[in-house]
Amino acid sequence: MTSEQKATRQGYGDALLEIGENEKIVVLSADLSESTKTNLFEEKYPKRFFQCGVAEQNMVGMAAGMALSGKIPFVSTFAAFVPNRVLDQIRVSVCYNDANVKFGSTHAGLTVGEDGATHQAMEDIAVMRALPRMTVIVPCDYEETKKAVAQAAAIKGPVYLRLGRNKVRAMTNKETPFHIGKAETFKNGKDLTIIACGVMVKEAMKAAAELERHNISAEVVNCHTIKPIDKDKILDCAKRTGAIVTAEEHQRYGGLGSAVAEVVVENYPVPMEFIAMNDSFGESGKPEELLKKYHLTSDDIFSAAKQVLNRKKK
Amino acid sequence: MEEVGHLKYRANAIRQDIIKMISNAGSGHPAGALGMADVFAVLYFHVLNHDPKNPSWEERDRLILSNGHICAARYSAMAHSGYFPIKELKTFRKIDSRLQGHPSYEDLPGVESSSGSLGQGLSIAVGMALTAKLDNANHKVYCILSDGELDEGSVWESINAANKWNLDNLIVILDRNNIQISGDTEKVWPLNPLRKKFEAFNWEVLDVDGNDVMKLVGVFDRVNHLKGKPIIVIANTVPGKGVSFMENKAEWHGKPPAKDQALYALKELSVKLRKIEDDF
Ligand SMILES: Cc1ncc(C[n+]2csc(CCOP(=O)(O)OP(=O)(O)O)c2C)c(N)n1
Ligand SMILES: [Mg+2]
Repeated sequence: MTSEQKATRQGYGDALLEIGENEKIVVLSADLSESTKTNLFEEKYPKRFFQCGVAEQNMVGMAAGMALSGKIPFVSTFAAFVPNRVLDQIRVSVCYNDANVKFGSTHAGLTVGEDGATHQAMEDIAVMRALPRMTVIVPCDYEETKKAVAQAAAIKGPVYLRLGRNKVRAMTNKETPFHIGKAETFKNGKDLTIIACGVMVKEAMKAAAELERHNISAEVVNCHTIKPIDKDKILDCAKRTGAIVTAEEHQRYGGLGSAVAEVVVENYPVPMEFIAMNDSFGESGKPEELLKKYHLTSDDIFSAAKQVLNRKKK
Repeated sequence: MEEVGHLKYRANAIRQDIIKMISNAGSGHPAGALGMADVFAVLYFHVLNHDPKNPSWEERDRLILSNGHICAARYSAMAHSGYFPIKELKTFRKIDSRLQGHPSYEDLPGVESSSGSLGQGLSIAVGMALTAKLDNANHKVYCILSDGELDEGSVWESINAANKWNLDNLIVILDRNNIQISGDTEKVWPLNPLRKKFEAFNWEVLDVDGNDVMKLVGVFDRVNHLKGKPIIVIANTVPGKGVSFMENKAEWHGKPPAKDQALYALKELSVKLRKIEDDF
């Protein structure tokens, strides 16, 4: 592991450059190319870059048309606007057509910070996960994003990549395995499993270290693919540790926690606790302040772990 | 209603606040806000029929700010009108503040609707104007839109809706500053010919220099006598107006000035203020 800090949106921009040799790749942006780092692709492949203005609905429809004509479009804007602004177009024009469109949505989650609630997409995982044929990926750092982008381009069908604005610590390196649909164990443990995605992977590792100091052995799983969810892995964890805490920078309804719970409840019920946004909107503030105020920190995971262990004992 | 000399003074104060607020927050959107300072001064201190001490007064005129990112200008105008203490402007974009990075209806009385996701405000304004007609109410509904926002298809749905119901109690003020994030609007997403487009949708179209307080007062006085159609005032503004290094530069769309730049900007604005006072 390196301590280098880079944003996942940077990983998106850099990865598009690398896979851009493939003539089928086209990139669309809705007046946010610098923010989504697609300006890098624009500079290198100007002919295959399309500036779509502040018109997201048209952009998604256009991308569907391009995909149905053989291209691999990467639709790029803020997660607040894709999917939220364009759900019907994604559902019908993209998913129902099984159009090969990839969505790179940056600035997801509370850590957008000062722009406030309108810009803090906290329901996008739930929304995208509900759509037939959609693959949903939440990378935890720069390197993982690069792998996710390359693999998203290689598979057929719609893919949603949920990306962040801020620099995040490297949790993986070039050698860390990454396969869409396969969750990875980042730390072994036997008392409980913490399953996290995105920025919460770092918080989960921190919480696990703190639990270790309290003689509690927590396993940490990076569940970067929310859909299709890694059922085998989750059941293996449930059976071995018998207690699960999920952690995500997202509403508690319909996201990672729900996806894990669906698997657990149907197959091998164990106590679970959810670290997530508690059905409210965010607000302006510094990212760290907001994570604290809305209970999305390693401390909150720590408390949830203790809670879930209490329930396990009973 | 304040007189013209005073309105210039107000606009200058709003500009100084915008610089201070965005610099202090370390983020925000100066270009559009500075360009619209004159419009906000004229609206809040001359045009709007409102009561800052009673923001939910039924008969008030409504002002929808659809391009929520320029809210620093609105917050300043509201503070100077008496909606809340001027010192609260310091909390802009900070945690637990009522002055959210994009306006929050729930948090701040006087903000008629939350905004920040572009292209939604005009639909809301249409709904309010239609309700006013339904209820035989006499207040007007003003809606500020940005030119970048006109990229959004839904805005054109509301432009059509306003025509269908002949909403002559609806007045759009368009911030025609010719920039959006990626640069010149006509390169990013061509909008011209704007006047003809609105005329084709059967709107009453007025053009004005949006940085000339006297002309703005004139145009809003004229608007009061128009009947039968929804009205759009195309306010031709200079983005970053009043701060030389920001004027007409799209790069200042959403970037805070550094400390020294903010001080320089404030100095320029106070020189202009002295000139306004001399002329007064
Ligand atoms: C639906 C939506 N899409 C994208 C954005 C991101 N965004 C914020 S401002 C802006 C540029 C809009 O142009 P304009 O309002 O004319 O900018 P200004 O003149 O104030 O610089 C964009 C794309 C947004 N806020 N909402
Ligand atoms: Mg503009």
